[in-house]
Amino acid sequence: MNKVLMSGNNIIGEAAIRAGCRFYAGYPITPQNELTEYMANHMRNTPDGVFIQSESEIAAINMIAGASAAGARVMTSSSSPGISLKQEGISSMAACELPGIIVNIMRGGPGLGNIRPSQGDYFQATRGGGHGDYRTIVFAPATCQELADLTMDAFDLADKYRSPVMILADGMMGQMMEPVVFKKPKARIYSEKFILQGAGTGKSKFIRGLILDAIDMEEHNWKLARKYKIIAENEIRYEEHQIEDAQMVIVAYGTAARIAKGAIKRLRDNGLKVGLFRPITLWPFPELNLRALSAKVKNFLVFEMSTGQMLDDVRLSLQGYAKIDFHGRPGGAVPTPSELANVIARNYDKND
Amino acid sequence: MAKKVFGRPKSLKENIFHYCPGCGHSIAHRLIAEVIDELGIRGITIGVPPAGCAVLAYNYFDFDMIEAPHGRGPAMATGIKRTLSDRVVFSYQGDGDLAAIGIAESFHAANRGENISVIFINNAVYGMTGGQMAPTTMLEQKTTTTPAGRHKTLDGYPVKVCELFSPLKGVTYVERCTVTSPANINKTRKAIKKAFQCQLDSLGFSLVEILSPCPTNWKMMPIDSCKWIDEVMSKEFPLGMFKDNITQEKKIAEAV
Ligand SMILES: Cc1ncc(C[n+]2csc(CCOP(=O)(O)OP(=O)(O)O)c2C)c(N)n1
Ligand code: SF4
Repeated sequence: MNKVLMSGNNIIGEAAIRAGCRFYAGYPITPQNELTEYMANHMRNTPDGVFIQSESEIAAINMIAGASAAGARVMTSSSSPGISLKQEGISSMAACELPGIIVNIMRGGPGLGNIRPSQGDYFQATRGGGHGDYRTIVFAPATCQELADLTMDAFDLADKYRSPVMILADGMMGQMMEPVVFKKPKARIYSEKFILQGAGTGKSKFIRGLILDAIDMEEHNWKLARKYKIIAENEIRYEEHQIEDAQMVIVAYGTAARIAKGAIKRLRDNGLKVGLFRPITLWPFPELNLRALSAKVKNFLVFEMSTGQMLDDVRLSLQGYAKIDFHGRPGGAVPTPSELANVIARNYDKND
Repeated sequence: MAKKVFGRPKSLKENIFHYCPGCGHSIAHRLIAEVIDELGIRGITIGVPPAGCAVLAYNYFDFDMIEAPHGRGPAMATGIKRTLSDRVVFSYQGDGDLAAIGIAESFHAANRGENISVIFINNAVYGMTGGQMAPTTMLEQKTTTTPAGRHKTLDGYPVKVCELFSPLKGVTYVERCTVTSPANINKTRKAIKKAFQCQLDSLGFSLVEILSPCPTNWKMMPIDSCKWIDEVMSKEFPLGMFKDNITQEKKIAEAV
């Protein structure tokens, strides 16, 4: 398959369509408009493809929920403030076990914030975001190739676990252009018994999240929890970069991990043995894999474009096992690799 | 052999309604089920019940259903209908659901001319949450959140859904009915049938508003509730046809 040069937002759209996405609804918001526009340009030319510019993000998430229940592969996308509006619907999809892809191209926040790249939505993405006892699988791509691959994989996992899956990237990744190869999508595996298409001559079905009996609701919660446990056991993804001889390891995801790689190159040129641990799934977080590293490395630095959110998960993994420092640039400020290299160098020899 | 002239519609399950005695939801449910039987569309119908007293509608209707979050029925119905365009898709909504929290989803589904039907139960209160003010609560009407009566400058005016929606070009059929007498019930059944037929013929968005008694929260006997609809509520919300472009839309469709 040929390499094509495309921007991040367009890559997500193209990968989704190739993966069989046939229903997209979205509401304009920077910095992800190119994705909505890509879907507008391509979905209606795709057989059975539906594109709707919805009246709000709330409408968009409920439209994809309906289309998902009716058997389509579905996606919506937005950026931080719009993702806040989708939370009721994401919670509802988790409750009703409806597969669907939600793309968040994060921008600076809180509030309207700004339209610069940021990683301030980690808590929202990994802690459920909406109300109730549920989890969302969260992919954090760091390259355009990963945007393509993980978008396709997201559809498969959403079906496999009948769960919403989030792709969490930022404005930088949305705009960035890199050559990509679109892999061959897998055939869809999704049982008809979960799809509403009218009862025909058979028994009618219903899909609901309202369970008034406390014991039944408890059982539904435990059922979901068992599913999340299976996901946590099977779907963790991460990358280790130059950790074989590392004296110090940076923990970063997405754009921050790209910057960290640049910093590590500079530091290694100067003889500092620094490596990178990059979670690719933010939920489930590669907790034990990170902890395993602490057997040989005792000095970790978390770098995020936020005031420290993934830091909580790193602490759950490493507290008591190794030293954890943090460097953050929230609000849309994107540091250069050399700025980060300086920070890392200052922490490199610190052992107390 | 005796001919059976009255029985339980096939599109209703055997379950007993949980609705209060005299509640309009029960009648509306039965009418929808009768129409679906008459049209022979049970097997291709997908209903979207709301958050509201009708949240458990799937316990009564015997066709496919999916619950929508409060107010989002028309968005969900849009997703279903665009995916399965040959199915009959309707949302069933209360006045809080449609005209307050979900006004945007309802209005824009109507404006897009989604080929869906909306059955709108206007009982002038929030039934499920215990009788608070609804967007359709009458001026001076006492509710738990308007204990001194709805005050026009503090609480605004009753929202008139048929009047608001019928001018939209995407909307094909809008009628307001009630269920206060056998004659009115028959009219409502006809309106529901017309709405579903409009959808079956792919003629666009249809909405039937049903002025519906909530004796419990109105603190009235069922008979008095019907009287109040006939004498008070229907003055603010006049019954009748607000839009019927069915013939016109049919001609356009046939010309294409
Ligand atoms: C987001 C959200 N807000 C509030 C509620 C609580 N709630 C459930 S039903 C309802 C109002 C129901 O009133 P209406 O739509 O008029 O229907 P009725 O019960 O009168 O049939 C409310 C406020 C909810 N379920 N979800
Ligand atoms: S509270 Fe009102 S709307 Fe709800 S079931 Fe009772 S009578 Fe019907």
